Amino acid sequence: MQFDERTEKCQEVFSLLSEYLNLELPPEACQEIETHLAGCPPCIEFADSLRKTVELCRSYKPTELPEPIGKQAREQLLEAYRKMLSARKDISPSG
Amino acid sequence: MERETEIELARQLIAGEPEAFDRFVEHFRAKIFQYSWLMCGHREDAEEVAQETLFNVFQNFDRLREPEHIRPWVFRIAKNACLMKRRKSVFAPPQELSLEDFLPAMDHHGGHPKLQIADWSHLPDHQLLQSEMKQVLDRAIGELPEHYRSVILLRDVEELSTLETGQVLDLTADVVKTRLHRARLGVRQKLDEYLRADSRLPSSHA
Repeated sequence: MQFDERTEKCQEVFSLLSEYLNLELPPEACQEIETHLAGCPPCIEFADSLRKTVELCRSYKPTELPEPIGKQAREQLLEAYRKMLSARKDISPSG
Repeated sequence: MERETEIELARQLIAGEPEAFDRFVEHFRAKIFQYSWLMCGHREDAEEVAQETLFNVFQNFDRLREPEHIRPWVFRIAKNACLMKRRKSVFAPPQELSLEDFLPAMDHHGGHPKLQIADWSHLPDHQLLQSEMKQVLDRAIGELPEHYRSVILLRDVEELSTLETGQVLDLTADVVKTRLHRARLGVRQKLDEYLRADSRLPSSHA
């Protein structure tokens, strides 16, 4: 089956899958998609692979990590933090 | 680190308790580095963006009214710091992705349409986390055009909400949703190509 032969419903489901997986669709639309999926193995298969893609992104850990922060860089940040605190009237600077 | 822990650290820092400082720095430094490294592809730039972002964060911490918003707030500052670098991404040039680009081909088997995709259903979850797979994911995300990449990084990797992602990137919720879907489809397609090419899985139409 080529793209132009694909059913309209499959295409509609295809375009809404992310919102469906994100639970961002109204209940009636979810129900419609579930009804379609129940009777359309190719769409289930595709939805499953997209769900796994999202899971993979969510468990993604960086392959590249920054170098440990240098003493000077840390001091610069701490200084900015202290200044921010001392500019406030309600809390006296500490640390 | 869970989002609740981040919020707690932000609360402590706002309250003037510096004990949270190092944990906060270590945690967000790695996050900002990852985001900007994947956005611009330059290690040096990513390190600088992380430092500049954290500097801005500490300088303006008292402007964060609600600690619950710490993650999107930090990422908004990081996004701006990334833009200031003005260096072009080493990755994909800007372009639009259309849904049609990602429609998998189908054929007929015994009267039933079959998708020409790898059979993901038999892929155990632990296999998804293997380092080789991670590199494929790195590439798949890196090769997305920039405005799709930023959305998938914030929405799926950093797990910001649609609204928060829109606030970070100055986009409406509808645009975030559209770009996220296309970005996911792009990443899915790359992973699928990898799985099929390496015959790690039998193609479901074979």
